[in-house]
Amino acid sequence: MAKIKGDIVINTERCKGCEVCIAACPLTVIAMSKEVNSKGYHFAMKVNNECTGCTNCALVCPDGVITVYRAKVAID
Amino acid sequence: MGELRLMKGNEAIAEAAIRAGCDGYFGYPITPQSEVMEYLMAEKPFERTGMVVLQAESETASINMLYGGAGTGKMVLTSSSSPGISLMQEGISYLAGAELPALIVNIVRGGPGLGTIQPSQADYFQAVKGGGHGDYKMIVLAPASVQEMCDHVKLGFDKAFEYRTPVMILSDGAIGQMMEKVVLFDQIPRRTDEEVIKQCPWASNGRPKTRNHNIITSLDLDPAGQERVNLKLQEKYRQIERNEVLYEEIQCEDAEYLFVAFGLSARICQKATDLARAKGIRVGLFRPITLFPFPAMEVSNVGNRVKGILVVEMNAGQMIEDVKLSVGCKVKIEHFGRFGGIIPSPDEVVKALEQKIIGG
Amino acid sequence: MEEQFVKTEIRKPENIVYKKTDLMVDRPLSYCPGCGHGTAHRMLMEVIEEMDIQEKTIGVSPVGCSVLAYDFLNIDMLGAAHGRAPALATAIKRMWPNHFVFTYQGDGDLAAIGTAETIHACNRGENITIIFINNGIYGMTGGQMAPTTLPGMRSSTSPYGRDVPTMGHPLKITELIAQLPGVYYVTRQAVHTPNHVRKTKKAIRKAFELQKENKGLCFIEIVSNCNSGWKMTPVQSNKWMEENMFPFYQLGDIKVDGKLIEAAK
Repeated sequence: MAKIKGDIVINTERCKGCEVCIAACPLTVIAMSKEVNSKGYHFAMKVNNECTGCTNCALVCPDGVITVYRAKVAID
Repeated sequence: MGELRLMKGNEAIAEAAIRAGCDGYFGYPITPQSEVMEYLMAEKPFERTGMVVLQAESETASINMLYGGAGTGKMVLTSSSSPGISLMQEGISYLAGAELPALIVNIVRGGPGLGTIQPSQADYFQAVKGGGHGDYKMIVLAPASVQEMCDHVKLGFDKAFEYRTPVMILSDGAIGQMMEKVVLFDQIPRRTDEEVIKQCPWASNGRPKTRNHNIITSLDLDPAGQERVNLKLQEKYRQIERNEVLYEEIQCEDAEYLFVAFGLSARICQKATDLARAKGIRVGLFRPITLFPFPAMEVSNVGNRVKGILVVEMNAGQMIEDVKLSVGCKVKIEHFGRFGGIIPSPDEVVKALEQKIIGG
Repeated sequence: MEEQFVKTEIRKPENIVYKKTDLMVDRPLSYCPGCGHGTAHRMLMEVIEEMDIQEKTIGVSPVGCSVLAYDFLNIDMLGAAHGRAPALATAIKRMWPNHFVFTYQGDGDLAAIGTAETIHACNRGENITIIFINNGIYGMTGGQMAPTTLPGMRSSTSPYGRDVPTMGHPLKITELIAQLPGVYYVTRQAVHTPNHVRKTKKAIRKAFELQKENKGLCFIEIVSNCNSGWKMTPVQSNKWMEENMFPFYQLGDIKVDGKLIEAAK
């Protein structure tokens, strides 16, 4: 059986911590970090593997810091 | 010998622009120069050479249309008269700051304010010292005949592209309206888009994958960067001062007194020189043709040989400051001018020479 | 599902379904966190990349927060004087008629100082695209009132709220220019949610396709947030925008195929 799974990679140095991606995610894949990046922003980070690769977060990110992957993977 | 025609000054500007291969004229009507655009519209240069002619909604829009066209490397022209040129000052500063080639014609009328529609020379300061903000100059050409109205269009475009600078033709309502014979130069083909791209690698006309994107701007928020821009501009102006001075000397070799005048005033002083000489006064005429770069050295050479200089200009005394700066304090220098659009007669000029310089 | 599995199986170059276009210069944007400018820029560049017209596109940027747009958009650009972008674009399109020409302007640029240039470019029906970012405030200069600031809305020059009797009504410039016959396509969109972003991108694509057909001016207003000027967090500002800006500046098509949409009249 195959399932669509997604993954996001966030450029944490370019993220400005606006949190709009969190509101856009239909699941709860993204949360803000406790640490700050070199500019002093808390940044968005992936907190689980529920991502379906819907691209909502990346579409809405004002700084374009999110790259989205999606693949069909076999699940036993 | 090119084509010979009897033409009005304003029309000579328009015809010369078409023949010089101008890509676009963007302007707004104002007396006494509306004939420039009227001639262009009637001539349909779009059919002759593909030149665009567009009546803009204001002078503000006109100068910004010039900026847009120039920023893509196109050869662009506007014309206006004093109050309209005031509206263009922001745009001229931007053209200078972004180092864009453009030609602006000012057919000067009496001012200040709405003034009059009669001729004047009271925009010298605005043109030469910078009516727009910031440290910039533009090459300023002062035609004194309809022939020069034609020739200065080609010269102006050439220099604008050579130095990437706005150039102004500072004429006046009399030369704009007068009719004289002109020898028109032959049509120079308007550059193709490929030629524009080749001639202007700095221009923003579509980024091929082989280069970085071009940006036309006069903004640099980093003070060090902005200083570098200014130093580059100043070096350009020094180069222009070294290489582009144009002037004319008439009967100066044995002169004891000197008229210094530009444009229409120079035509009047030519006659005044003849009248004075007939009376036994050995006067000559020094005529700057480029007001920037001002022929400082040349007027100083002549000026320091004479006993007195009368600067004749139809304003309250503007170019006289540059004459004084150039010549220095050893020679008597006085101003004569009329305002409000009144053109002095050669007799008045001779009388002023006698009263202010010889007698006084 | 293990993180390691995700990394090795899914995070492969051939599985990329979204990444920032190369037509965005790879450098940090100077906009505030959460500002709609970044998203609008990116959608514009995606359209140009997908249409493969970057070699024939010339953009004109304004004065405002996006004065530095030319640093971020990897195409040939000109920075215009405040409000004058439509004048630049007019001349550029007239002399490069086979190129794609757009302006990108804010509310002060387009609807205050540039009102004449905006209206006359629209009236002449210049075959350009105008992208109008409306956030009801002057961001770059520190949050002053804009022509599109709502009644009662606070700004640094309307600290007690926009007072209509002394400061005038907000200017619905988009509805005004839609009346002009030279304007072919007018729409109002947003970029704060994924669905709105997709619609905005479609609108931009439509406008650029229409440029090929020389049908007239295409005008896209993007209602955006300004969390700095409005003094909110980005997420709060998007909510405030939905609750306050959208009822006044209604999203949707205003003019299509040269005809006003009935509901928008």
